[in-house]
Amino acid sequence: MSYIAPHFRHPDQALNELGLSRRDYEGALSTLCAGCGHDSISAAVVQASFELSLPPHRFAKISGIGCSSKTPTYFLGRSHGFNSVHGRMPSIASGANLANGDLHYVAVSGDGDTASIGIGQFVHVIRRNIDMLYLLENNGCYGLTKGQDSATTDIGSKAKAGHEGFLPPIDLCAMALQLGAGFVARSFSGDKQQLVPLIKAAIKHRGFAFIDVISPCVTFNNNAESTKSYSHARSAIHSANVVDYVPERAEISADYAPGDRLTVPLHNGGEVVLRKADSDFQPGDAMAALNAMQRATADGEILTGLLYLDPDKPDLHSMLQTSTRHLAGLGEEELCPGTALLEQLNEECR
Amino acid sequence: MVEIKAEAPGSLAAVNDFVIKFATVNGSGSSSTNRLFTWALFRMGLSVTPKNIFPSNIQGLPTWFELRVNQRGFVGRRGGVDLVVGLNPQSAVQDLAELSPGGYFLYDSTRPLNPALHRDDIHYLPVPLTRICAQEFSQSRQRQLLRNMCYVGVLVELLGVELDVMHGLLEEQFGHKPKLVQLNKRALELSGAYTREHLPSIDLRVERCERSMERAILLDGNTALALGAIYAGATVAAWYPITPSTSLVEAFERYAKRLRHDASGAAHYAVVQAEDELAAIGMVIGAGWNGARAFTATSGPGISLMAEFLGLGYFAELPAVIYDVQRVGPSTGLPTRTQQSDLLAAAYASHGDTRHVLLLPGSVSECFELSAQAFDLAEQLQTPIIVMTDLDTGMNDHVSAPLQWQKGRRYERGRLLDAAALEQREARYGRYLDEEGDGICARTLPGTHPEKGAFFTRGTSRDSYAIYSEEGGHYAANMDRLLRKWQRAAELVPKPILAHGDGTAALGVLCYGSSVDSTLEAVQRIGEEQGIAIDMLRLRAFPFSAAVPEFCASHSQLFIVEQNRDAQMRTLLVQECGNTAMDIQALCHYDGAPITATFIINGILAHTAHSDRDGDVERIEGSPSSVSPGNKQSKQPTPAAL
Ligand SMILES: Cc1ncc(C[n+]2csc(CCOP(=O)(O)OP(=O)(O)O)c2C)c(N)n1
Ligand code: SF4
Ligand SMILES: [Mg+2]
Repeated sequence: MSYIAPHFRHPDQALNELGLSRRDYEGALSTLCAGCGHDSISAAVVQASFELSLPPHRFAKISGIGCSSKTPTYFLGRSHGFNSVHGRMPSIASGANLANGDLHYVAVSGDGDTASIGIGQFVHVIRRNIDMLYLLENNGCYGLTKGQDSATTDIGSKAKAGHEGFLPPIDLCAMALQLGAGFVARSFSGDKQQLVPLIKAAIKHRGFAFIDVISPCVTFNNNAESTKSYSHARSAIHSANVVDYVPERAEISADYAPGDRLTVPLHNGGEVVLRKADSDFQPGDAMAALNAMQRATADGEILTGLLYLDPDKPDLHSMLQTSTRHLAGLGEEELCPGTALLEQLNEECR
Repeated sequence: MVEIKAEAPGSLAAVNDFVIKFATVNGSGSSSTNRLFTWALFRMGLSVTPKNIFPSNIQGLPTWFELRVNQRGFVGRRGGVDLVVGLNPQSAVQDLAELSPGGYFLYDSTRPLNPALHRDDIHYLPVPLTRICAQEFSQSRQRQLLRNMCYVGVLVELLGVELDVMHGLLEEQFGHKPKLVQLNKRALELSGAYTREHLPSIDLRVERCERSMERAILLDGNTALALGAIYAGATVAAWYPITPSTSLVEAFERYAKRLRHDASGAAHYAVVQAEDELAAIGMVIGAGWNGARAFTATSGPGISLMAEFLGLGYFAELPAVIYDVQRVGPSTGLPTRTQQSDLLAAAYASHGDTRHVLLLPGSVSECFELSAQAFDLAEQLQTPIIVMTDLDTGMNDHVSAPLQWQKGRRYERGRLLDAAALEQREARYGRYLDEEGDGICARTLPGTHPEKGAFFTRGTSRDSYAIYSEEGGHYAANMDRLLRKWQRAAELVPKPILAHGDGTAALGVLCYGSSVDSTLEAVQRIGEEQGIAIDMLRLRAFPFSAAVPEFCASHSQLFIVEQNRDAQMRTLLVQECGNTAMDIQALCHYDGAPITATFIINGILAHTAHSDRDGDVERIEGSPSSVSPGNKQSKQPTPAAL
């Protein structure tokens, strides 16, 4: 069952720069299992978009099919959403973005939706550098069809039902890197401190931004022998860096020791501030990122944080040199060449 | 059997009325030369019917170009061949066999003719094309290309084509390369001179004439469809290459480059070559959801891949335009030949109770018109619209009425609420509320209003406010509303056209798409030559307008002309029009070549009581395979009974 959450404003609830409260960024009540990692990711999207003070109706939410893909109903209730077909979210998002590049695209997919049936579209949406946030809610299994292994299930990882992964898993962050994504991050649904700023930066990044979020499935894959369980994630996570997003005009808070800090301005406003953790690769160095990721995997660790950032890659609109006026907003005046010209075209066929 | 006397082949004397078939090897550059020759005849006022019959291969396999000329305005394929330009040893035996008695076989006599290529009842036209070129031109690629111009030069001389017209065309085509113009003119001159000196005159001739169709143009259907999309304001095209639809998108891009820019030169369009047809239709649906007019172009295999998304488009009510330029299936079938065999796959594409609106243009000008209308209908009906053409319509040039666009025509965007409309609304907005009672609800676009009008699009069942619902009642009510919308669609789609007769004949013929021209010729000629009155109804859309079952009910004998094996349109007619369509006799042509008037004449006469099969019979090819109607036993033998 599902219904729109009752809309009321608590008098002392915090308001953002638009005078909106967190509530204005929420969606319908979730119907996912209590404790599902996906719900924490929805909450992080609500917080990030609220804190960014972006008008909620200027977001567009797009997803495929799966428990994860249901979640756009549970955040940003004032924006349009599109729950499409299994594995094909990237094409819907690409078409929507081509029609109107002025909206913020938040797209959600699952590891089944992306790494198996949708792997082709995942590859090509990265190549096209569509300006969107691609949230991969990775639970290492097919939640909605009751716990089958997915292509991100690690070898030896055991599901609650007892079956064990025996095929090499696909590391979607590594793939995204190799395919040229401009923003690649990994996080954990249980680490809001890290996830919220990553989402903010990803929304403000112009171009394709990918966040692979480990998001445990409490019903089918949260047992201790699963590498996508809460307990395993908590023990294996190793952050590459501490990420913050600082909006335009905001003072950079004083607790960052200068020198330890790297700032990268983003095209859609604001900048990413990164503090080094103990690994020391720069976020613009794909080779170093891949190395660090592979080392971590070999050590049984999960490397999180902002793994790669290149804010300057041209997105599809720049590559196609489309007009600054969005295509969906054009009318007869701009689009129809008119009757006289048609006569000229006819004449060319005589 | 007709006795043929060896020394006196018969005569085919004809002015402005014959068929030439060019048999060449693909990759030899002959098709552009043949096209030039076609244009010359068109410029002389003739109706021309060129058919490129080509293999799925880039170089080395047999390819044919059939050209019919005619003065009466018949623009379909006739059937039969009167003159063969036989330049491909691989296919020569077959090419020769197709030639009508009394016809002409033009060949390259640089080498002696294969003795197997002997017939007593035809005329040979030997021309040493290779030798002429070798003596005159130095480079080998030049020799090969100019050899094509040499055989054209022979035809120009034999048939009486105006040389000035040929020269004019060469200058238009190669004007920027004067050297090429000179070389081509030289080739024409040399072969013309050889012809005058060594060949007898022949009985086939062309003469300048007045075309019955005023201000006619010569254009292929794919370009016309593309221009329709340009005029209708399509801004997003996503596609995956597949013959025979590729040239549609290429034409769109070409015209968009020319016509669609802002003052700074930025593009008012986006063309994306997708990774496959699933992605192509996904992008189109995503763009349509977001308010852009978007399309994809494909052929049968692509339609199969798009099925899941087409169902989403139908159920979630999203505008999209899909061009299906059909080719021969199933599977890869004959990928470069024509057929009308995707009808059922397209009409019911996807699982569940799904139906799609199909538009069926029957000429090049109608390709333009219905292509543009498809975008209006997609938004009015908020559903995918599939424009069905085929390789013949799409890739061959056709003589057509000029393309027309009414001055000041506005786009029909359907029920689309903007911010002001949402603001004024008192009742709560519901995406699937049937407020007008015709099954069509009001749509909003993402980003329209800060507080009102947002909803969730999904392929899962929902209530009238677009809220997820697994309640059976909600689901059924929604499906019933979609059926009301379907009935409305039948009123909005292009009506059928009574293209021949006054509606009172006992005999009725239905046809659509690329069968229209040949069918029109067939019914006209049957009227003239056999005195049988026939009404011809041209179907232009699915669902069928009320006029279609009426036509079926008011004719005692009915035929449908189709280019597929299973009489797919008849299946749709029986499905949608019930009893009145049960007795339709289907004339099915499905060998991959465009249907001929002769085939249709034969088919109709074989099933009519008045059959008088003298007259034109000599020209008629093998009997058509026909499909017996419904569950009735046909009186005639039916080679491919259903
Ligand atoms: C074409 C198609 N095949 C299969 C399904 C069934 N199906 C629904 S969700 C799903 C897997 C979802 O897994 P994932 O994307 O990881 O999402 P999760 O539920 O784990 O969040 C499958 C196979 C479908 N909806 N469509
Ligand atoms: S089945 Fe798993 S993924 Fe789906 S809602 Fe429940 S916990 Fe979440
Ligand atoms: Mg999953």
